[in-house]
Amino acid sequence: MTGVPLSAYLVLALVLFCIGLYGALTKRNAVIVLISIELMLNAANINLVAFSKFGVTPSITGQVFSLFTITIAAAEAAVGLAILMSLYRNRKTVNVDEMEIMKN
Amino acid sequence: MMEHAWLIPIFPLVTFLVLLLSGGRLRERGAFIGIICTLASFVLSLLVLIERFKEPTYNISIDWLSFGGTQLTAGFEINQLNALMLVVVSLVSLLVQIYSKGYMKGEVRFSIFYAYLGFFTFAMLGLVMAPNLLQLYIFWELVGVGSFLLIGFYFYKLEAKAAAKKAFIMTRIGDVGLLIGIILLFWETGSFEYGEIFQAVQSGMISSEKLTLIAILIFIGAVGKSGQFPLHTWLPDAMEGPTPVSALIHAATMVAAGVYLVAAMFPLFMASFAAMQIVAITGGITAIFAASIAIVQKDVKRVLAYSTISQLGFMMLALGTSGYVAGVFHLMTHAFFKALLFLAAGSVIHAIHTQDMEKMGGLWRKLKWTGPMFLTGTLAISGFPLLSGFFSKDEILMAAWENGSYILFGLAVVTSFLTAFYMFRLFFMMFAGDSRSQVEQVKESPFTMLIPMLALALLAVIGGYIQTPWFGTFLGEWLVEGNEALLGASHSEGPVWIMLLAVLVSLAGIYLAYRIYAKKKLPRQWLVKENSEVYRILENKYYIDEIYHFTAGYAIKGFSIFLSYIERFIVGGLVSTVTSSIEGLGKIGSKLQTGQVQQYGMIAFLGLAVLLVIFAVTGGI
Repeated sequence: MTGVPLSAYLVLALVLFCIGLYGALTKRNAVIVLISIELMLNAANINLVAFSKFGVTPSITGQVFSLFTITIAAAEAAVGLAILMSLYRNRKTVNVDEMEIMKN
Repeated sequence: MMEHAWLIPIFPLVTFLVLLLSGGRLRERGAFIGIICTLASFVLSLLVLIERFKEPTYNISIDWLSFGGTQLTAGFEINQLNALMLVVVSLVSLLVQIYSKGYMKGEVRFSIFYAYLGFFTFAMLGLVMAPNLLQLYIFWELVGVGSFLLIGFYFYKLEAKAAAKKAFIMTRIGDVGLLIGIILLFWETGSFEYGEIFQAVQSGMISSEKLTLIAILIFIGAVGKSGQFPLHTWLPDAMEGPTPVSALIHAATMVAAGVYLVAAMFPLFMASFAAMQIVAITGGITAIFAASIAIVQKDVKRVLAYSTISQLGFMMLALGTSGYVAGVFHLMTHAFFKALLFLAAGSVIHAIHTQDMEKMGGLWRKLKWTGPMFLTGTLAISGFPLLSGFFSKDEILMAAWENGSYILFGLAVVTSFLTAFYMFRLFFMMFAGDSRSQVEQVKESPFTMLIPMLALALLAVIGGYIQTPWFGTFLGEWLVEGNEALLGASHSEGPVWIMLLAVLVSLAGIYLAYRIYAKKKLPRQWLVKENSEVYRILENKYYIDEIYHFTAGYAIKGFSIFLSYIERFIVGGLVSTVTSSIEGLGKIGSKLQTGQVQQYGMIAFLGLAVLLVIFAVTGGI
C-alpha cells in the first residue's frame, strides 16, 4: 500500500471543502446549499480517515469517527430537508435570499 | 413598682392594637377597652408617683445599637418630672376617654377614635418616660402622628383635613430644629443620655456659643409643639378635631410636650443666658399676643385655643426666667383647668350644636351642671384667689420678678388681666343674658360626660394647694430635690404686693367683662370699636396666616415651580438624551441584522480567515 501520499488526501479534502463553502455561501437554492454543506462534511470525513492512517499514532479511531459523522450528517440532512419542505409550503419558495424574516 | 413602669405606655398601645385589629367590629364597646387600659396606666402611674416620693430616680436601659465605639441604649427613667407628667397625662387621657363615650355616641368610626386616642396616649407616655434624646425624638414624632390622625378625624370635612396637614407641617418645622439640636449635642458629647449631656455641660466641654445654638435649636422644637409664636398658627386650626381631642392633645398633653422638653433639658438652658433670654421673651410675647387675639374671637374653641397658646407662653416665660418649679407647676394646673374648660365647652357644643358664642347665651339655667363647672375652670384660669391657677400664676409672676425681668413681669401682669377679661367674656356670652340659640330643647349632657368634668373641676380647685406660699411648697421641694444646683430654688420669693396685684388685675378683668357682657352697662365698643383698624387686626389674628401665605407660601410655590422646570427640562432632557442615544445605537445594530444567512456565513468565514492569518503571522503567541 504505497503510492498515494497524505498530501493528496488533504488537497482533495481542501478542494471538496472549498467547493462546498463556495456553494453554501453563494447558491440561491436552499437544496443546493444543503448539498454543499454535505460536501463540506465529507471533506472533513476524508481528513479524519486520512489522519487515521497517516497520523502520528495510526489507529482505527478516525474511521469510526467518520462513520458517526456520516450518520449524523444523514440525520441533519433529513431534518434540514423537512424544514425546507415546510418552509416551501408556507412561503412557496426555496430561495435563501427571501428567507429573511428575522432581519432587523 | 417603678421597675414595672414600662407597662404604663404599653396598656394604651394594647388598646390601639386590639381596636385596630378588630377592624371596627367592636363599635361602642371599644370604649371599655380604652377606658380599662388607660385606667390601668393611670393606677400604675399613681403607684409609681407615690413610690417616687420615697425612692431615688429609677433608670434602666438596655443596649439597643452599637456601632463603632458608640452604644445606643433604650430604656426608661422615672424622675420627679417624669412621674408627675405620667400621672397628669394618664389621668387626663382617662377622663377624656370616659367623656368621649358620651360625646362621640353614634359616631360611625367610634372604635377607630378610641384606637387613635390609645395610640396618642401611648406616644405621649413614652415621650415623658424617655431617658435619652433619641428615644424622646421618636416618641415626639409619634405624638405628632397621633395628633395628625385625631385632628383629621373628620377627614371628610375640608377644614379638618387642611388643619391636620397644617398642624403636622408646622410642628415639623420645629422638629427639624430639635433634630439638628440633638445631632449637634451628640456630636459634642457623644451621647444622647440626659445625665451624660448635663455632665458635659457642667464640665464646660461645650463652648458657650455652641451651647446657646443647641439650646435655641431644641427650643425651636418646643416652639413648634407648644404653639409658641411664630409657629402657633396650627393650634387654633387644630380645633377642627373633635372636642375631647382638643382637651387631651391641645390643652393638656401634646402642647405641654414643648414645655416638658425645655423643663427636661433645663440644666442645658440654664448654662446659656442668651437661650434663657430667648425662651423667656418668646414666652412673654406669645402670652400677650395670643391673649389679645382671644379677646375678639367668636368661636368658643378658638378662644380656648388662643388661651392655651397664651398659657403655654406663660410657662415658657416662667422657665426662661429660671422658674423651673413655676413652669412645671403651671403646666400641671393648666392641664387640669384647660382640659376642664374644653370638656365643658364640648358639653355646651354637644347641647346646642354650635361653636359660635354669638348664638349662645342664657345657658346657665339650662345647663345646671356644665355651667358651674365651666365657671370653675374660668375662675381657675383667670387666677381667681384660692383656685389652682392663682397659685401657679403667682409663682410665675414671682419668678419673673425675682429674675429681674421687669418688662416680662409687666407683660405677664397685662396678660393676666387680658386672660381674666376674655375668659369671662366667653363665660358671660355663653351663659348669661338671654338665649340667642335656635335650639329649643337644650339637654344637659349624660353622666359619662359630667363625671370627668367633675373630677377635673375638683382638681382645678384643689390642684394648687401642693405649692402655696402659706401651706408649704411641697411640689417645689420635691421637684428640685437633689438637683437644687441645676434646677434652682423650690419656691420663688417676692414682695407681697405682687400677689395683691395679680388678684387685682384678675378681678379687674372679671369686673370689666361683667360690665360689658353680662350687665351690658358698657357698650361692647367701649374697648375697641368693631369696625376699627385694631379690631380688624385682632380678629384676623394679626394677619399671621396671611403673612405666611404671601411670604413662605408663595416663596415655596415659586421655588417649586422653578424646581418643576428643572425637573422637566434639565433632568427630563438628560434622561431623554440618554434614552434616545441608546435607541440610536440599537438602530445601527439592528441594521446589521439583514436576515441573509449566507451573509452571516461569509462574515463568519472571513473572521475565521483573519484569525488564522493573525495566528500564522504571530505564530500563536
